Amino acid sequence: MSGAGHPIGEVVADIPNFPMPRAAGCPFDPAPRLQQLQAEAPITKVRLWDGSTPWLVTRYDDQRALFADPRISADSSNPHFPALSPGLKESQQQGQAFIRMDDPEHARQRRMVTARFTVRRVRELRPAIQRIVDGLIDDMIAGPKPTDLVDTFALAVPSLVICELLGVPYADRAFFQRNAKQFSQQDTTGQRAVEAQRLLVNYMVQLIDEKCANPGNDVMSDVAVRVRNGELSSDDAALMGMLLLVGGHETTANMIALGTVALLEHPDQLAILRETDDATVIAGAVEELLRYLTILHNGLARVALADIEIGDCVIRAGDGVIMPIESANRDAVAFPEPNRLNVLRPARHHMAFVFGPHQCLGQNLARVELQVVYGTLYKRIPTLKLATESGQLSFKHDSLAYGVHELPVTW
Amino acid sequence: MKIIVENEKCIAAGQCVLSAPDVFDQNEEDGIVILLAENPSDDLTDNVEEAAALCPGRAIRLEK
Repeated sequence: MSGAGHPIGEVVADIPNFPMPRAAGCPFDPAPRLQQLQAEAPITKVRLWDGSTPWLVTRYDDQRALFADPRISADSSNPHFPALSPGLKESQQQGQAFIRMDDPEHARQRRMVTARFTVRRVRELRPAIQRIVDGLIDDMIAGPKPTDLVDTFALAVPSLVICELLGVPYADRAFFQRNAKQFSQQDTTGQRAVEAQRLLVNYMVQLIDEKCANPGNDVMSDVAVRVRNGELSSDDAALMGMLLLVGGHETTANMIALGTVALLEHPDQLAILRETDDATVIAGAVEELLRYLTILHNGLARVALADIEIGDCVIRAGDGVIMPIESANRDAVAFPEPNRLNVLRPARHHMAFVFGPHQCLGQNLARVELQVVYGTLYKRIPTLKLATESGQLSFKHDSLAYGVHELPVTW
Repeated sequence: MKIIVENEKCIAAGQCVLSAPDVFDQNEEDGIVILLAENPSDDLTDNVEEAAALCPGRAIRLEK
């Protein structure tokens, strides 16, 4: 981007474009430019595709402070809210679930569904999750090889689990997986992202109607009760359902597949997982993989509601703020030797689930799913290996959730 | 050490339960924090400090 017409003053010449590309051959590391800015210009302006110039905040401490700051808004209906891609701009102008609202409405809606995501409730699901994982591995071993681990396993585990929890028929998985992928793809045109969202929302409206008529013991039946009682509009309920369904399978699926790639590339780390039966070690490895991979990449957007002094900067009311959590998770201040995968390090203070009031609602479900997967898959199939050269893997650079498109494996 | 929790700031993430299960729990209705021990024993100090540091809602305050 060279040329005239920069919207702001003296520093224009050096405003880098965002998002920034990862380095070729380093699929697990954030963009090198992000780590450079973290060292040299930790709070700086960047230029987005639409010419807007929000702040980019790259350090762990600054991101934590801002994510938790009530003067920082997640409300994408704010005209100053940064749009990271054309698809997101269009979909942000449609209705949004509580993830894109501020308190008190955000808290009111979120608390309608938190009961089923507590540490205790999620732990109760562990035996069922173990059965799902065991069954899928049985099928994989009995089936042809090589196989695509994304399709046969990584997507299937969280899809089965979230369907059970929400009360969504698993038979509809092809529909919702396809549209969730479409919706997450940042290079998708605005129109296609909006269409995917429309289809998913319509699906949820219908599902909530069915749950009103025939309630089950599941999250969407709980939501249907709120709609019937007039506590939640049908639109808000459908957007909430879509958020839970998409957020509940896309992210974990990418963690399973990308985590497996990372472990196969770090055999000493894989060996630790394969050889331990210690639940604490497995739980710790999950936290480190969440940190190291940070699949929610390319920046979370916020907008300042008031002037905020931070570091040497003042973020003005109405300024957009972009926080790439993958750079916070590689900040040496918080994680010594940040670019090293070390499943034995303490890493629970990572930012992979974000921080502040919007921290991931499904985090404990994701933890248990990943603990079961990482604690089972490599023991059951100790000779698991890539069925292609690692250089041939195709990574989801342009997707909201990073990962691999396909993962051919054999054993 | 004395623990003070602010329920209205709690977002039911459950981080405190993971760090210090003897001190924090979540209610059945919406997962909001329940303080089990306002003045926990000294051997739990590290766990409680971790819980306070990790709380995404900054709902846990410690007085020494």
